Amino acid sequence: MTDMPLPAKNPRRFRFERHASTILLLASVALYIALIIIMGQTRFLTLENLVAILSRSITLGITAIGQTFAILVASIDLSVASVISASAVVTSVVMNGNPAMMMPAVLAVLALGAVVGLLNGLVITKLEVNPLIATLGMSLIIQGVLSYYYNNFAGNVPVEFQIFAYGTLGIVPFSLIFMFVLAGCAWFVLRFSRFGSDVYSVGGNKDAARLAGIKTDRVVIRAHVICSLCAAIAGIYLASRLRSGAPWIGAEGVYDLESIAVVVIGGTVLAGGRGGIWGTMAGVIIFSLIDSIFNVAGVDAFVKQVLRGIIIVAAVAFYAARSKRPVA
Amino acid sequence: MSAQSLPQATSPTRRLPRINPVYVLVVALILAIIVMNPAFGEPTGYMNFLKRVTALAILSAGALYVIVSGGFDLSVGSIMTLTVIGSSMLASNDPNSTYWIIPLMLGIGAVIGLINGLVVSYLKVPSLIATLGMMITLNGVAFMWSGGAPRGYLPDTFRFFGRYNITDVPIISLLPIAVICLVVFGAILWWGMHRTNFGRMLHAVGDNQQAARLAGVPVERVRISAFVVSALTAVLAGVILGGRAGVSVDIGSGFELQAITAAVIGGAQLLGGRGSVPATIAGALALEAIFTLLNLLGLAQPVRLVVQGLILIGAVAFATYQRKRAGR
Amino acid sequence: MSDAPTIEMRGISKSFPAVKALRGVSFTCSRGEVHALCGENGAGKSTLIKILSGVYRPDGGDVLIDGQEQHFKHPQEALLAGISVIYQEFSLLPERTVAQNLFLGREPMKNGLIDNKAMVAETQRVLGLFGVRHRIEPETLVADLDVASQQMVEIAKAISLNAKVIVMDEPTAALNEAECEVLFSLVDQLRASGTAIVYITHRMREVTRLANRVTVIKDGEVTASFDHVPAPDVIVRAMVGRDISEYYPEPATPSEIGPVVLSVSGGANAALSDINLELRSGEIVGFAGLQGAGRTPLAMALFGAAPFTSGSMTLDGKAVHLTSPRDAIRAGIGMLPGDRKAQALFLMQSVRDNGMLTARSFANPFGGHKANRFTDLTGMNALLDQMKVRAPSYEQEMRFLSGGNQQKAIVARWLALRPKILIFIEPTRGIDVDAKASIYHLMRDLARAGTAVMMVSSDLPEILGASDRIVVMREGRIAGEFSRSATEAELMLAATGETGVAA
Repeated sequence: MTDMPLPAKNPRRFRFERHASTILLLASVALYIALIIIMGQTRFLTLENLVAILSRSITLGITAIGQTFAILVASIDLSVASVISASAVVTSVVMNGNPAMMMPAVLAVLALGAVVGLLNGLVITKLEVNPLIATLGMSLIIQGVLSYYYNNFAGNVPVEFQIFAYGTLGIVPFSLIFMFVLAGCAWFVLRFSRFGSDVYSVGGNKDAARLAGIKTDRVVIRAHVICSLCAAIAGIYLASRLRSGAPWIGAEGVYDLESIAVVVIGGTVLAGGRGGIWGTMAGVIIFSLIDSIFNVAGVDAFVKQVLRGIIIVAAVAFYAARSKRPVA
Repeated sequence: MSAQSLPQATSPTRRLPRINPVYVLVVALILAIIVMNPAFGEPTGYMNFLKRVTALAILSAGALYVIVSGGFDLSVGSIMTLTVIGSSMLASNDPNSTYWIIPLMLGIGAVIGLINGLVVSYLKVPSLIATLGMMITLNGVAFMWSGGAPRGYLPDTFRFFGRYNITDVPIISLLPIAVICLVVFGAILWWGMHRTNFGRMLHAVGDNQQAARLAGVPVERVRISAFVVSALTAVLAGVILGGRAGVSVDIGSGFELQAITAAVIGGAQLLGGRGSVPATIAGALALEAIFTLLNLLGLAQPVRLVVQGLILIGAVAFATYQRKRAGR
Repeated sequence: MSDAPTIEMRGISKSFPAVKALRGVSFTCSRGEVHALCGENGAGKSTLIKILSGVYRPDGGDVLIDGQEQHFKHPQEALLAGISVIYQEFSLLPERTVAQNLFLGREPMKNGLIDNKAMVAETQRVLGLFGVRHRIEPETLVADLDVASQQMVEIAKAISLNAKVIVMDEPTAALNEAECEVLFSLVDQLRASGTAIVYITHRMREVTRLANRVTVIKDGEVTASFDHVPAPDVIVRAMVGRDISEYYPEPATPSEIGPVVLSVSGGANAALSDINLELRSGEIVGFAGLQGAGRTPLAMALFGAAPFTSGSMTLDGKAVHLTSPRDAIRAGIGMLPGDRKAQALFLMQSVRDNGMLTARSFANPFGGHKANRFTDLTGMNALLDQMKVRAPSYEQEMRFLSGGNQQKAIVARWLALRPKILIFIEPTRGIDVDAKASIYHLMRDLARAGTAVMMVSSDLPEILGASDRIVVMREGRIAGEFSRSATEAELMLAATGETGVAA
């Protein structure tokens, strides 16, 4: 009678959220293939086209890798679009067609990203400003400073540097390889390093993490530095692709909202502490596929914008409706 | 029985300062403008200033409903754009069209607000993302409607509210219709927020959503109503702004953040629970006065963005600091 | 080895905006002893522990570890100094595995990377100490464990640190009898191996079983300190500060108990099964049970917040189906939640607005202050006066009030609607002792006026003192019903499932 009670383990529930990004990815692949077959445009079913689809969202992909870190620590970054614009402009202005300035330009942009991320992190942790407002404010400041000095495409990127966007290995662009390598590194850090473990802990329960001796502020700040660095790299890539940078390219791509959307579609919860990089990459591919579906179906550019807005909200709703937590 | 007498004491021991600093700020800024530009002290000077600020002031007071209820509405700028573009497309220079166009636009606004509210309260999409998605969508719709370039004009009957002045008024010599609108709508919004049960429920929902539900507040209905109010005031602001400034494709862009900034200057608590309509209108006056000063100082438009960003972060950081000092 | 006690806290003071939490508290604990720290809820025990563990910094006084003065600025510094705490509220991460939780913030590293293998192996070893290795696997997500297993993980986490000092803050709240025994023998082992153990509880049985020394805190001050374990009633008197008899109001006389107001038969949902229950007007029914036994889910089901999915419910003899708090309130049911800050208080709004909210929610939304009797200022003022809410002004923001006055203001919120049934969840949690008595009297006055009162509480003396009838729950079911003359031991037995007695 007084023996240990029987194991009272809950049956392992099937958790829809943990597989949703895979299901969505398969669904959009199926939709795409079905559309191609129905429209009789089988010429799109080639390896080249697959690579083209994947390469469509490299800016978004690189940005979203960083955004994943910010969201995992239960923060968020709305300044990525401005950082992308700023770093694209800085890249092309510093290089200004001179191959010798390639290295200094990249270093300057990375420094810029690190400083922005550091400021975001400090404002959020030390001044305790809500991350939405802190990064929105930061975004306005960057955008204002940038627009003060530039109002059009400025500088140009030397041909040597355009290789980053246009060079290929076989049929695969360097930039695509770069994105997946970056994703791999991010995965490795999250999975195997102490910092990665801390990211999940701080996002899951900040108080518990603090009680366990984790310096939570430092973790949040680092996550923001990573996020802004990724946005800066995305800006470098965009400058390389457009051959020059302009102060509106980040906002035009709606990278702030889209990066958040793909992270959420990838199964990372906005409240933090759960999710991962490969989900985010699945989200990015889903977005590329949707884009391709629009192209194949010949949707008008403005209609496309309207549909994108709807899809983003619907995608977030798809996950959020399950959560019981009240939202702002 | 001694406890009975205690509550009657009317000298509060710890209370926040009674006068909201925003009013002091507005007076100081206006004095500064008069010093730099004495013409501002003339009726034409300050009445034109009020006329210029009306759209933002009404918009901010409406957006405050969403802020007090604990959310953000970033779609208001695009609703203004849609109102102006849509009205100009529908009017086709017919002066009599105004009488049905404005009600129609209000109807469209109400539907947009309803959708925002439903998505936020039932699909649990964070309001920032839901309304940002709505913003992209509506900007796309406005583009589609106008075919990418503004066509058509607004008839004078439509522009009456934003442009017309009553002249030969004693003492103040001229009185813009816009200023009358500001007073009327400001009073209605003040009444709704501060003198009705609905207003108290808004505060409660923003202060503690879970507790509000358990106290019997119809949380969803209250939140949806807040978004509807916000969208309706955005239509009104669009009518007034279109009347004053005419048709352009990005006429409303940036207003959403200006409205939030105005509310924050007025001491509203972001993420809900506290906010005052008169103080928010004063916040809008202060923001416009700052912009006027920046103009007088010869600083370019982009500086406005930087100032807004700094105000947002600074005001929220200050509020956090004060709350911590008061102990919470 | 030095003679200094392992921990020594001298003259610790700490204030929070609304309360002075600690006044000159001194406390020591040495190697190889269990020092019991007793006190009512809200007496200041947890604050003292949070100072010891570096969560709070004291306003005054010193903390010495092995005779060395320490000023912890971050919990990490306390951990490094060898202090490990099992907190009352869980500090586990539900989305991480048991092993990851056990090694939170101190994962074993190999070549700069986390050594998962070592982590799992060490977790298995520690869980083995409890004899729970077969029931908790290192790579299970904590979210998939039941409450008792989560508590075990929490304890294992503290023990795996090999700390000099282990603080246990009511570690048995979610454990059944057998699990408690495992914990007790573990405490014995730790003591034998020279660990200093601070054991916080208000259960006298555990004090008698485990402690070497006892210190009692009341209202932020040490009221008694013993170098031996005195008789339980001595401790209780020191905790409560007066005789229990005057603390609780007189129970209801049989003539005061009226007809059945609410009855449930066969009620069930995800957290509850087979609930058969009657509540009568004029009667206070206490609901006891372990953490996770289903008492709060039952209250939430009656209140429509997490409704029954099967079974039937009648109110005044009429069948009702309540699917939201609004339904329940319309039907005449009110509820005062246990976690007041998260579920009941609007800290930025005035005391009066807090009181009027529910009345307002059912009045015309575009009506003003006079939409009904209790959205009228004078009506609410009178009600708040009647509740004896102490505030400099009813315009004062709620956050400046003490816990007891906040609770009374929320009672006023419900009284404005004259509910037939009022549910109190943990009505005195975080409320100082004097205010407690007035809450009990308030509940009794409500019952005398004909309200059916349901009280959910984890405090057995409170259950026994304030109820007319007691229902014990276990694993989502009703495990037994008792009269107020039952003993703590009988209730504990029913709650832990050793025997199911019906009286």
